[in-house]
Amino acid sequence: MTSSTEIVSKQDTIDYAARLGDDAIVIGHRLSEWVSKAPFVEEDIALGNVALDFLGHARMYYTYAAKLSNEQNGTNDITEDNFAYLRDERQFQNHLLHELHKGDFAYSTARQLLIDVYNKYFLEQLKNSSDETLAAIAVKAAKETKYHCRRSKDWTLRLGDGTSESHERMQLALNDIWGYSHELFEVDELEQRLVDAGIAVDCTLLKADWLKEVTAIIEEATLTVPDQDWVVSGGRQGYHTEHLGHLLTEMQFVHRSHPGAKW
Amino acid sequence: MQVIPTKSPTQFEREQFRRNSAFPELWQCLDQVKDPEIPALSLWDIGILKDIKRQGDQASVTITPTYSGCPAMDAIAEDITIAFKALGIEKTVIITELSPAWTTDWMTDKGRNQLRDYGIAPPNDVIGDHEQPLNSDSQVLCPQCGSADTKLLSEYGSTACKALFQCNSCYEPFDLFKHI
Repeated sequence: MTSSTEIVSKQDTIDYAARLGDDAIVIGHRLSEWVSKAPFVEEDIALGNVALDFLGHARMYYTYAAKLSNEQNGTNDITEDNFAYLRDERQFQNHLLHELHKGDFAYSTARQLLIDVYNKYFLEQLKNSSDETLAAIAVKAAKETKYHCRRSKDWTLRLGDGTSESHERMQLALNDIWGYSHELFEVDELEQRLVDAGIAVDCTLLKADWLKEVTAIIEEATLTVPDQDWVVSGGRQGYHTEHLGHLLTEMQFVHRSHPGAKW
Repeated sequence: MQVIPTKSPTQFEREQFRRNSAFPELWQCLDQVKDPEIPALSLWDIGILKDIKRQGDQASVTITPTYSGCPAMDAIAEDITIAFKALGIEKTVIITELSPAWTTDWMTDKGRNQLRDYGIAPPNDVIGDHEQPLNSDSQVLCPQCGSADTKLLSEYGSTACKALFQCNSCYEPFDLFKHI
């Protein structure tokens, strides 16, 4: 037994894994909304595949959270589905940036750039987690994230440095979402306990690298990093925008209408 | 100077592990089980098969997922169970191992050749840095005609593990299995 188990409870790790799963499933679902609506068929397929990667990450985090929950409760019937389908809005603790509506293609692209670059630095640190399962998930997810970052950067350059219409829409999108990016670098009490135990990533330390890389891409795309001072947060505490409820309604509908259904 | 072809250490280790297994017939049996998304490749050749154990009419198979969201994994688990039933194994437990994470380096040479024959460029058919196959200074070889004059159409092809290219010589579109 490591000393970390004395400082943090198993419930802390369950909550943390579930949070990371929430981020992944929510952005994965948002991306999947583009299927059949993307600018052209190759991009349609690409978006579907990136969405699938995020769904895969969510499954790994949720499966781990479920395993720990079963160990803690002496049960064996808690699965990834309990986390994905049977929790309500206030129980989801994803970052708000992830749940914002799909918007136009520029909006989804701008959001994806911020999230993919964030994931790159986040997963790099999670690889060092003293929790072996979280570290293994990070190694796996980081490989896929490398390709996500490429795609987001290319699209940002293409739209930002494209037509006056695409440029304007990208700038509008960045201005619309920038205030939601700060939440990515907050650490609350739960995460601080896990950071001290070597399990969680200290997100406050990721901001400088993230901002540098995102700024470089935005400027190369002839866009401007928004100079704004508004900040919205609360996702990690379960306080959400109006968008999440609609997303969950759609995502959870089939499972809740047919409890226990299998195929 | 004569160049002696050598196997990569990772591939050598995999083969060694398989050779030392107490259940060679089970490994052989799973050579018949193919990746449902790429039927040219067996589980062994794609490199996701890690270990097989048997006790009487029960077996356990350890596999490692290719991409974390790959929908083929569930179908693969089912196919393994069915293949083992034919050998009298009633219950097969599939263990998914995340670490170490799967890499295209585990794909066998035979698998790479089969992939190319099937019309998919294997991850090593890249001139330049094969770990950065989508960069503009890397060239991917067309699996149909072998030309290096090809262009990237989309970073993601029919599945997450592939990217879509087109050959400028024979004009055929093709998938590249990306290095991961």
